[in-house]
Amino acid sequence: MKRAHGSLALRYLGLLAILAISIGPFLWQFVTSIKGPNEDVFVPDFVPDDPTFGNYAAVADVVPVWSFALNSLGVASVNVVTNCLGAAMAGYALARLKFRGRRFAAVIFASSILVPFEAIMISLFLVMRGFGLTNTLTAVVLPGAIAALNVLLMRNAFLALPAEVEEAAIIDGANAWQRFTRLALPSVKGTLVVVALFSFMFSWDDFLWPLIVLSDQEKYTLTIGLAYLQGTFVQNQRLVAAGTIIAVVPLILLFLLLQKHFFRGVGEGAIKG
Amino acid sequence: MTHRPYTPWLFLAPGLAICLLFVIFPFFNMIVLAFTDASALGGGQFTGVDNFVRMAGDPKFWAAARNSLLYMVGVVPPLVLLPLLIAMLAQKVVPGIGIFRTAFFTPVIASTVVVGLIWTWLLDSRGLVNSVVEALGGTRIGFLTDSTLLLISSMVVTVWRGLGYYMVIYLAALANVPKDLHEAAMVDGAGPVRRFWSVTVPSLRPTMVLVAALSAVNGFRVFSEIYLLSGGTGGPGGASTTLVMLIQSVGRGLTGEVGYASALSVVLFVILLGLLLITLKLNRREDQL
Repeated sequence: MKRAHGSLALRYLGLLAILAISIGPFLWQFVTSIKGPNEDVFVPDFVPDDPTFGNYAAVADVVPVWSFALNSLGVASVNVVTNCLGAAMAGYALARLKFRGRRFAAVIFASSILVPFEAIMISLFLVMRGFGLTNTLTAVVLPGAIAALNVLLMRNAFLALPAEVEEAAIIDGANAWQRFTRLALPSVKGTLVVVALFSFMFSWDDFLWPLIVLSDQEKYTLTIGLAYLQGTFVQNQRLVAAGTIIAVVPLILLFLLLQKHFFRGVGEGAIKG
Repeated sequence: MTHRPYTPWLFLAPGLAICLLFVIFPFFNMIVLAFTDASALGGGQFTGVDNFVRMAGDPKFWAAARNSLLYMVGVVPPLVLLPLLIAMLAQKVVPGIGIFRTAFFTPVIASTVVVGLIWTWLLDSRGLVNSVVEALGGTRIGFLTDSTLLLISSMVVTVWRGLGYYMVIYLAALANVPKDLHEAAMVDGAGPVRRFWSVTVPSLRPTMVLVAALSAVNGFRVFSEIYLLSGGTGGPGGASTTLVMLIQSVGRGLTGEVGYASALSVVLFVILLGLLLITLKLNRREDQL
């Protein structure tokens, strides 16, 4: 019995050590963001002498951080809607409708997954310029608007549904759109949540593509806005820290609300990706 | 007839349009551009394999390819092993385990840019890590100013951020390891270390191969970590630039050499596809065992 206690204590010790490693850097960033102008931020002190939220107001004075956040939120929200709807529609057709050319469509989506974004980004920039869309938020949204991986995730979800219910609906005269919206879609809510969540995260996180396609500061999303903030105001770490906390808090809240879906999504993504 | 012949295509149209316009077309366009001297302003003449000949003699290309390769080789072993150890710690349901698992996953939630900026501050020449180094009697280390240390620091950030992600994958796999195997090994008198190598590792081999493959592909694609830790410069004299950073800096802007950047992209694509095919092959062999 004594040995069991000892090993439990060791386990908690290990868990606490990993906890410190995972959370410590965020904590330090937060502490830095609430240190006042008279406190030396280079001193390794986790308790601020005179805590203040003034840096959060000050960061908005040097760069339009709230408008960056709004741009990011807009891009991410549109991404969620287009991915959920577009991927579900395409996935439904692939899984549930019989037609000539289905294989061809499936091959297009499958090969799209194999093309890494980094390899086509320069070429993609030229496409956007061809459409006259460079330096717009539309150009930020479009390439990831309906990710092929999500189409295949939705297809698999629809394939797993029993066929009988839909066959009954066909006999009752329901058309394909009615069967899709009233029968199929409500049955794959779990997968839809995963798609929504990961579309939001992917979009909120995206750095390389906005960096390439956006050039005006007023169009910046939060990620490139923060990199710009760091480049320009590196001498005041309090402001950079406040900016990063603004960027991370919404995601942590979202995560705490929808935890179990996150973990499910990681599992599914790993198996499929 | 359950639907009209064109109905499926209406369902597919948005998804197909996005994939064809923004993935498939740019992909073929990249291959064509790789054999031209196209600039950012457009145009470009067919120049055969000139871009690839230039690449072979371009020290910047070789340095970037070497950095990407080093990066991949550097992050894979810790990302295969450390998250597995953490998953084994977090596997057992003890009071408060939910809080620990959630906390371990937080770095995955935070965006790469946030993580990059947090670590830039931690590893600053006067940052927290160097304060600790000084307190322990050492001298300040130029984590972000030396090109080799910058690469290693970026790898640490990648590994740190990957811990929670791969932990979740391992947790799912550990749940499927048969309990009686462990019990049988215990009856036979095997200690925890022995059980780890002869029970846990063999049953998790397919998952470990998967994690190795995912982290290798992501390691070779590295961009954000090095870009952020170096403040966008790629280190002193650009010595820590990776292949993706090189493509971005060659191809972007008004002076962008689109043709040459496309040739570099072709090389990147071939390497990544090669990695992917090796993975699939390894996976298949695992399945047959």
